[in-house]
Amino acid sequence: MENLEALMHGFTVALTVHHMALMIGGVLLGILVGVLPGLGAPNGVTLLLPLTFTMDPVSAIILLTSTYWGALFGGSTTSILFNIPGEPSSVATTFDGHPMARQGRAAEALTTAFLSAGFGALVGIVTITLLSSFVASFALRFAPPEYFAVYFLAFASFVAFGGGKPLKTIVSIVTGFALATVGMDIVSGGMRLTFDMPELIRGVSFLVVVIGLFGIGELLLTMEETLEFRPVSAHLSPRAVLQAAARLPRYWVALLRSAAIGVWMGITPGGPTAASFMSYGIARRFSRNGARFGRGEPEGIVSPETADHAAGTAAMLPMLALGVPSSATAAVMLGGLMIWGLNPGPMLFIEQRDFVWGMISSLYLSNVVAVVLVLATVPLFAAILRLPFTVVAPLIVVICAISAWSVASAGFDLWLMLVFGLVGWGMKKLDYPIAPLVLAMVIGDKAEDAFRQSMIISHGSFGIFWGNALVGGISTLAILFLLWPVVTLIRRPARAEPGPAEHLS
Amino acid sequence: MRMTIAAFGAVLGLSATLPAAVAAEWKPTKPVEFVVASGPGGGTDNFARTVQAIIGKYDLLPVSVIVSNKGGGSGAEGFVYTKLAGGDTHKLIFGTSNEWLLPLVSKVAWKPEELTPVAAMAFDEFVLWTKADAPYKDAADYVKALKAAPEGKFRMGGAQSKDTDQILTRLIEKGIGARWTYVPFRSGGEAGVQLAGGHIDSNVNNPSESLGAWRGGQVKPLCVFSPERLPEGPAVTEGKGWHDIPTCKEEGIPVAEYRMPRTVFLPPKVSDGVREYYEGVLRRVAETPEWKEFVTRTSQTARFMDAEQLKTFMAKDQKSSTELFREEGWLVN
Repeated sequence: MENLEALMHGFTVALTVHHMALMIGGVLLGILVGVLPGLGAPNGVTLLLPLTFTMDPVSAIILLTSTYWGALFGGSTTSILFNIPGEPSSVATTFDGHPMARQGRAAEALTTAFLSAGFGALVGIVTITLLSSFVASFALRFAPPEYFAVYFLAFASFVAFGGGKPLKTIVSIVTGFALATVGMDIVSGGMRLTFDMPELIRGVSFLVVVIGLFGIGELLLTMEETLEFRPVSAHLSPRAVLQAAARLPRYWVALLRSAAIGVWMGITPGGPTAASFMSYGIARRFSRNGARFGRGEPEGIVSPETADHAAGTAAMLPMLALGVPSSATAAVMLGGLMIWGLNPGPMLFIEQRDFVWGMISSLYLSNVVAVVLVLATVPLFAAILRLPFTVVAPLIVVICAISAWSVASAGFDLWLMLVFGLVGWGMKKLDYPIAPLVLAMVIGDKAEDAFRQSMIISHGSFGIFWGNALVGGISTLAILFLLWPVVTLIRRPARAEPGPAEHLS
Repeated sequence: MRMTIAAFGAVLGLSATLPAAVAAEWKPTKPVEFVVASGPGGGTDNFARTVQAIIGKYDLLPVSVIVSNKGGGSGAEGFVYTKLAGGDTHKLIFGTSNEWLLPLVSKVAWKPEELTPVAAMAFDEFVLWTKADAPYKDAADYVKALKAAPEGKFRMGGAQSKDTDQILTRLIEKGIGARWTYVPFRSGGEAGVQLAGGHIDSNVNNPSESLGAWRGGQVKPLCVFSPERLPEGPAVTEGKGWHDIPTCKEEGIPVAEYRMPRTVFLPPKVSDGVREYYEGVLRRVAETPEWKEFVTRTSQTARFMDAEQLKTFMAKDQKSSTELFREEGWLVN
């Protein structure tokens, strides 16, 4: 109740003309940088940071968070239209979003993505509103073994429910882990797999690999197959948006389940990317429509998008209360906090009530603003796919190149992108699933750090992963998930599983 | 009349300081890039962005400033980038002692003496922290408990491996004759949360990294690795301020001083005139009230070192670090 009062007070802080204008401006700018992947949320927020030095902290954080939400929504757009994920956390959205766009259902896919993202964010905000004190103390219970168990769980739930040819999946995973190890190893302080090349010191950028594998790879496949997008016949009117919106409540099970997964992964330090993969994996296994996943099933968009945004918003709380950024963008905002003269920590909630609750209430408002604004862009973006392939293809190459370049302003990354474009094409031809590689890459290094820190703490004993009820529970669940295919095989040896794995990517 | 004389005197005084700047006669002609040897957020990034903001406010450069983060490989990315930009007079890299420590412990493509030192603008302090409800009333008490326990039972957390935090940990260990299990995390912030959660027994975070947790009653400072106590200031929590933290020497830990400089370097092969120009700009930044406010707020120690002083400091620190690294078997070359 006390929190609700504080929230109402927060609304009085956030609901001014000045702040609403900042929100709308921030969201629009965010959508713009989000649509250009690579430019993305972290860069957009970093560019705005100097502007905020002269603002009061509440206005500053409202501007930055609004830009962040806008960028997250914008990131899903290119995932669906061009198969180029704008943010690591929207990779899973491409699995079903892009097939839908190619079937002429781009408007439906975009609307579904934005609305479920908005729903997820809302659940995340409600959670941090009601449970703010509990969430922060819960996050403190996470030591390296718990971190590892959470990553392991996300990994197990995605991979085990993927089906597919086990050997090829393993090859894909191992490649992903290898790519994740390139660069500085924080546990030993040494360089790994850099072959004395200065370009490799900062590691292989996840975004560059994904842009190559998905964006360029997809383009190569299309060129080889047809030299044109399949006919896009659906009419693109605002009606399509309303129709898709009306269909959304049908997926209420997926919405609730994904929001729960998202909130859990946001509070525990799993993060939005792991959340979206985990949610997609679990949905594919437990949904009635599971077999259709990967071929343009709306539920395959609902699940990752809801979880992604629920996790993204829920993670704001540990960030403010503990000062640990959950993403690259959050790190920039934390830096801003220090420059504005605020110190993240438990006292922030007591001493800076205006700031904290003004921000939390602005999250409600700016997400609503973001959903409305981004829905208005749907017909516009969906119309892009009606352009002839000869126009769209060069456009995609340009977007890919700009994106890969803007990750680190390095020419080397463009070559890397092209190489991974070929790799992506080859993997599809040879029926290797790409998604496990991507997941292994994105959580591989964090999981490895957590594992080795655990081993240092326990002096090499695996017992530490069952050291208390929390970590033991997560570890056991993860192992159960990992063994799930074996369990189902034993229980129903006669029935052949429908294998959607080949459509995984 | 007296006013005029005073004004005249001021003009004279000003012009007396001018010749050095005039002699340099070099000026940047296009935007200057501030390369940050760390990711966005964090101490080094705030350092560079504060300098950028002050330069903008006082118009200290005739051109604009672009900040770019190149924090890959614990900052190695930024230093390599700067080294490869040899002769480029429009790039400055902002870092710490990692400019000369990284090449000792990992295979990287630059040598410490290749870059051109410009200045060090402040020193970040190190403080020994434990959990707020830990049963030790002071550092001496904690050391006693550490010595009594079996070796490696106590955990010390820190940012990165073979970097300042672990070096300081080794120095303390050698001084008191006991060992922790050192657990490397990604950042001081992470090590701070792990301490607040009670998953490690202590860390040696910089003041700004643990300020929030101290005020929130999650951690408490035991001693500071500085020859004298930190300056007086407003109370941080429960009537205690930075000045109330005893020095580690007072507490019987024989590591009198360990500090991390906030450094600025130019690429290799730039002329002395260019170096002097930037040295002058940074010196003026260090004299502004905004800079002093930043240093105080982040509990660092303001101390400007010009290129010569920085070189001397580097050589001394490099020598002692190399000795320590050799004993530990950390050297790569």
